[in-house]
Amino acid sequence: MIPATFTYQRALSVDEALELAAQAGEDAKFLAGGHSLLPLMKLRLAVPETVVDIGRISELSFIRDEGDYIAIGALTTHSELSQSSLLAEQLPLLAHAAGQVGDPQVRHCGTIGGSVAHADPAADLPAVVLALDATIVARGPSGSREIPASEFFSGLFETALQPGELLTEIRVRKPAGPGWSFQKFTKRAIDWAIVGVVVQGGNVALVNMGSTPLRATGVEAALAGGATAREAAGHAAEGTSPADDLNASRAYREHLARVLVGRGLEEAAARG
Amino acid sequence: MKVNVTVNGSQVEAEVPDRTLLVHFLREQANLTAANVGCDTSSCGACTVLLDGRSVKSCTLLAAQADGREVVTLEGLAGDDGELHGVQQAFRAEHGLQCGFCTPGMVMAAVSLLEENPDPSEAEVRTALEGNICRCTGYHNIVRAVLAAASERRPR
Repeated sequence: MIPATFTYQRALSVDEALELAAQAGEDAKFLAGGHSLLPLMKLRLAVPETVVDIGRISELSFIRDEGDYIAIGALTTHSELSQSSLLAEQLPLLAHAAGQVGDPQVRHCGTIGGSVAHADPAADLPAVVLALDATIVARGPSGSREIPASEFFSGLFETALQPGELLTEIRVRKPAGPGWSFQKFTKRAIDWAIVGVVVQGGNVALVNMGSTPLRATGVEAALAGGATAREAAGHAAEGTSPADDLNASRAYREHLARVLVGRGLEEAAARG
Repeated sequence: MKVNVTVNGSQVEAEVPDRTLLVHFLREQANLTAANVGCDTSSCGACTVLLDGRSVKSCTLLAAQADGREVVTLEGLAGDDGELHGVQQAFRAEHGLQCGFCTPGMVMAAVSLLEENPDPSEAEVRTALEGNICRCTGYHNIVRAVLAAASERRPR
């Protein structure tokens, strides 16, 4: 399988990427690591006329301590996240979760910005970003803007990014809430999560329980009201709309969410 | 577009369609057929090569993404005198292959692992090979081979 015909262009700076995307119009796609986009292009689920390769924009590959927050460049790979000593110390949840994405080869190519912008509800890092109350920084022709993670994911593979706008950075406020956990339930090691759960402090997010990554608001409210982990976990499926597919029925996903939230809260409490 | 990749130390330059995948560039332009097209969906790992020293699945990269960069395939591991790389020797000694289809990818994934983690535990080897599928299910000997290669590399 090879993708349908397209024109390949390479940008070496953010300015150049925005210019190339503006010239190409709405049928352009940014290519970072390509591990979400290229599989879709092979299946003709994405058929861009122009692909703007941003993979070599070195200014977008960094992990920095900015005092009040940790700043992560969009092109930082999952492998770099998982091996970062700064993240291991300040944001171990992100380092750990990035090390659970796909397999080593995928982690050598895939990027946090690509994963978040792609907004697959079954992907790990969008839910992590949501649980961390991160801020998404995007640059477009009219400048830079900050988007709270809670307003970023608008639908299946849809985000608040406008055409021609590029996700450049993800910021996470310090310190992260006490205790964390990342639970991922798969059939085979490299699969997408059938259901995943992210816990940081009192924040709980769900992977693959709807058309976007979701916050488990019922669980969070119960925890805030003093409920035990077990009691709170009983609210895990509230407000969700998981798919019924060949991997799992809706009822099974709801069951998994409750079980995994329970395990996640207990693990987070042990670490907190 | 014109793509120029350093493959196993030699420049390979070719005019190819923009949509050309790296694995096809390697097989059809560089005439190196160790990297296999297995699942074609970045699941099986049979197409694994090293890009700038790190394992990648060449069916999920455009040749254009490797333009100007360095690729090593299984053919590039042995020395000029034909002496096998330590990981290749260990696969032979431990019988880490059956039909052989997954072997080039397994070996390249193992080479990349040992660069990142020279002294892996058995569990770490198994985790590091998650992206490589052996349909003969010969995993035990493959894991033994990687552990043997790691042990052989350690100074005594």
